[in-house]
Amino acid sequence: MSHISPVIWQFLEKWLTNFALFPPEASQVAPYADALYFFLLLMTLVGVVIVGILVFGFSFKYRASVSPVATQIEGSTLLEATWTIIPLAVFMVFFVWGALLYFRIYNPPANAMNIYIVGKQWMWKAEHPGGQHEINSLHVPLGQPVRLTMISQDVFHSFSIPAFRVKREVIPGRYSTVWFTATKEGTYHLFCTQYCGTSHSGMIGDIVVQTPEAYRKWTAGSTSGMSLAQNGERLFASLGCNACHNGMATARGPNLAGVYNSKIPMADGSLVLADEAFLRDSILNPSQHSIAGYAPIMPTYQGQVSEDALIDLVEYLKQLNSNYRIQQTLTTADIPNPPAQQPAAAPQPGSAPHMVKQ
Amino acid sequence: MSAPTVVKLPPQEGATLPRRTYLNNEYGLKSWLLTSDHKRIAILYMISITLFFFIGGAFATLIRLELLTPMPDLMASDTYNKMFTMHGIIMVFLFLVPSVPATIGNFVIPIMVGAKDLAFPKINLLSWYLYMTAGIFTLAALILGGVDTGWTFTTPLSTHYVNTHVITAGLGVFIAGFSSIFTGLNFIVTVHRMRAPGMTWFRLPLFVWSNYAASILMILGTPVLAITLVLVILERTLGVGVFDPTKGGDPVLFQHLFWFYSHPAVYIMILPGMGVISEVISTFSRKRVFGYTAVAFSSVAIAIFGMFVWAHHMFIMGVSNYAALVFSLLTMLVAVPSAIKTFNWSATLYKGSVTFETPMLYAFGFIGLFTIGGLTGVFLGALGMDIHLTETYFIVAHFHFVMVGGMLMAYLAGVHFWWPKMTGRMYPEGISKLAAVITFIGFILTFFPQFVLGYLGMPRRYHAYPPEFQILNVLSSAGATVLGVGYLLPMIYMTWSLKYGAIAGSNPWQATGLEWQIQSPPLTENFVETPVVDWEAYDYEWLERKTEGEVTTVG
Repeated sequence: MSHISPVIWQFLEKWLTNFALFPPEASQVAPYADALYFFLLLMTLVGVVIVGILVFGFSFKYRASVSPVATQIEGSTLLEATWTIIPLAVFMVFFVWGALLYFRIYNPPANAMNIYIVGKQWMWKAEHPGGQHEINSLHVPLGQPVRLTMISQDVFHSFSIPAFRVKREVIPGRYSTVWFTATKEGTYHLFCTQYCGTSHSGMIGDIVVQTPEAYRKWTAGSTSGMSLAQNGERLFASLGCNACHNGMATARGPNLAGVYNSKIPMADGSLVLADEAFLRDSILNPSQHSIAGYAPIMPTYQGQVSEDALIDLVEYLKQLNSNYRIQQTLTTADIPNPPAQQPAAAPQPGSAPHMVKQ
Repeated sequence: MSAPTVVKLPPQEGATLPRRTYLNNEYGLKSWLLTSDHKRIAILYMISITLFFFIGGAFATLIRLELLTPMPDLMASDTYNKMFTMHGIIMVFLFLVPSVPATIGNFVIPIMVGAKDLAFPKINLLSWYLYMTAGIFTLAALILGGVDTGWTFTTPLSTHYVNTHVITAGLGVFIAGFSSIFTGLNFIVTVHRMRAPGMTWFRLPLFVWSNYAASILMILGTPVLAITLVLVILERTLGVGVFDPTKGGDPVLFQHLFWFYSHPAVYIMILPGMGVISEVISTFSRKRVFGYTAVAFSSVAIAIFGMFVWAHHMFIMGVSNYAALVFSLLTMLVAVPSAIKTFNWSATLYKGSVTFETPMLYAFGFIGLFTIGGLTGVFLGALGMDIHLTETYFIVAHFHFVMVGGMLMAYLAGVHFWWPKMTGRMYPEGISKLAAVITFIGFILTFFPQFVLGYLGMPRRYHAYPPEFQILNVLSSAGATVLGVGYLLPMIYMTWSLKYGAIAGSNPWQATGLEWQIQSPPLTENFVETPVVDWEAYDYEWLERKTEGEVTTVG
C-alpha cells in the first residue's frame, strides 16, 4: 500500500476498525434508553418517508407539464383532523415512554452505595465513603447500584457517561444526584458536557468498571487512611462545631446525633427532612434554617469550608448516632463552661493543614 | 369549490424597468441613512445581516477546521471558545432573529396588507440603527479580545469566572433585543390598524400571520432577556448576588430567565420562515394553501405553546420531576402545529400545477430538513431520552437542522422569491438551482454525522475530542466546505443580477399577493391609490380573471 498516502491509509483503517454508530451498552438503563431511541428513530423514518412520498409524489404527479391546470381545493377538515390526531397520539406515546425512562434513570434504589463527586474548573474529584480520592477517574463495582451525590465548587458542570446513558448537571451550591448499575467491565468515557470555561474539553476522565473483587482490592489499596466520616469528625472538632452541638443540657445548638433523615421542626413551624442538602445548607446559611427552640446565633461558614470538607462533615453527620465521642473530646480538653473556649478540642497541631481542605 | 385555473406566465422580453421607483426616488447616502421607507430600511437590513452572516460563517468555518483533528492543534482553547461564542451570538441575535422579519417582512408586509408603510416608519428606522449599534458592540467585543461564555451567557461562569468582554457583548445583545421589539411592535400595529379596505384577517397572506405570531413572541419574550442580561451585568460589575450561590443567588434562576426568552426565540426565528414557505409552495403549485385557517392558527398555536416550554432545556438541571413531566407534555403539544403545517404544505401540492423554480427547491429543502429537525426535537422532548442526548452534538445537529436547514433555507427561498420585486430584476435561474441543490447536499453532509456523534456521546463545545470520533467529524467538516460554496454562490450571482439580471416585470411568478399587483421595484408610496380587496388570499381564479381582460404589459 505504498502508493496510498499514509494519512488516507490511517483514515481508512480508522474507518474500518472504529466506525461505531452506537456507544457500548454498559449499564442497566442503557438497553432501555436504546429501545426508546430505536423507536424514535423508526417513527422519524416513517415521518420522513410519509412527507417525502407526499411532497415528491405530488410534485411529480402534478408537475406543470402534465398538469397545466391547478384544481383549487379549500381544505379538508377530516384530513386535517387526521394529521392532527395521529401525530398527537404518537407524540403522547413518546411522552409516556420518555417519562417512564426518566424516572427509571433518576430514581435511585434504596440499596445504592453513595459516592461523592466534586466538579471544579477543570477536573472531577471523586470521594468514596472509605476515604479513597480520585481525580478524573471513578472506580465502580460491577452489578452494584451506585448513587453519585454531586456538587460543583465553581460553575455549572455536567457529569456524563455516554456508555451508561446517564448525565446530570453538577450545580454550584446544590447537591444533585444520579445513579447507575454498571453491567459490563471496562473503561468508559466520562465527559463534562456543560460548557465551563477554558479547558472544558479537558474535563474528561475514565469510568473504570471492575468486578466486585477487583473493586474491593482497589479500595483497600487506595485508601487515604481516613474515611470521609473520620475526616468529618476531625473537622467537627477543629471548626468548633462541638462547642454547641454536643448534646449536653447546656448546649446552645441542637443535638445532631441521629439527625440525618429525620424530620426537623423549624422555627416557622414547618417540618423539614434533614437530607444531605439540608445539612450542607445549614452549615453555610444557618440563619435561613432556624430550628425551633434555638436562637439563630450560629455564624455562617460560607467561604470558610470547601465543598470537600462539607462532604466530610455531611458524611460524618449521617453516621453520627451518639454524642459520646463529641463529649469525650470536650472533656479531654477540660473546659468548665462552653463559652470560654471556642476551638474546643485542639487537634494535633501538625495536622492542621489537612483540616480544611481546599 | 374546485375549478380549474390556468396561469400563463407573462412574456418578459418586452418588460422594462419602471421609470420611478423607491430605489431612484432619491439619491445619495443620506437619502438611505435617513429614510423612513420600509423598503429602503429592508434593504439596509438585508445588507447588514448578510455582512454578519458571513462573519458568523467565518467563525463556523474555523470551528469545523479545528475539529478536523482530535487534537487541539489549530488554535488555543480560549480562542476556540471565543469562536463558537461569537458564532452563536452573531448567528442568533444578529442574523436569525432579524433575518426574515426585518428584511423580507419589512419589505412586503406593508404591501401585503395594502398600506403605504409600516405604522411607525421612524421607529422602523430606529430599529435598524439599534441593530447596527448592537452589531458594533458585538464587533467591539470581538476586536477587544472576544468573549468566551457561549451564546447562552451561563452564570456563574459569565458573572465571575471569565475575564473577557461579557459586558460589551451582553450590551450588544441587549440593544439587539430592542431592535427586535420595535420590529415586532411595528408589525402588530400595522396588521391591526393599516389593512386596506376589504383586507380582512382571513384574507391576509399566511406570511403576515406567521410574522404576526412571531411579533407577539418578540414583544413578550425579549424584555425578559433584556432584564436577565442587565442582572448579569449588575452581578458582574457591582457584585449583586442574583445568580451566584455564594452570595445567596440561584444559578438555576438564570437558566429559567434565559430560556424563557430563548426558547420562544427559536419560534421567533422559525415562524417567519414558515410564512415564506406557505407563500412559495402556494405560488409554485398555483393553488390556495390547503387548509388556510389551520395553517394560520397553527402559527398562533406555536406562539402560545412556545411560551410555556422553556424548562425543557433544563431536564437534567434538577428541576422537579413533576415540572419535568409538565414541560415535556407541553413540548409534545408544540410539535403538533408544526406537523399540521408540514402536512398542509404537502397537501397543497395535490392537484396543483407544480413548477420547480429556485424558491420552490429551497422550500422542498426546508420541508425535508425541518421535518428531520422537528422530529429530532421530539427526541429531546422525551424526558428519558433527553438525559443522554442533551448537551451533546445531537442537540447541535437538531437545532442546526431547524435553524439552518429550516430557517436559512426559508430565508433563501424568500430572498429568491421576492428578489424580482425588490430589485426589478431576475436572478439567474440555472446557477441558483445548482446553489439550492449544493446547499441541501452540503447541509446533510455537515449535520447528519453530528446526530451520530451526539448519540455516541461527543459533548458540544469541545475543543479536543477522543480520536474515535474523528471520522464523523471529518465528514462534517467536509460537508461544511460544500455548504460554504452553497452560500457564497447566491452572494455572487445575486450581486451580478443587480446589473445584468433579466428585467422581471411586476408579477413574474403570477402570484396573488398584493405586492405582485404593483410595479417592481415598487413606488416609494407602494400604491398609486389605496387598493380595495374583494378577493380571498391565494385566489388564482381572481388573478386569471384579472389578467384575462387586460393586455399584459409588463413593467
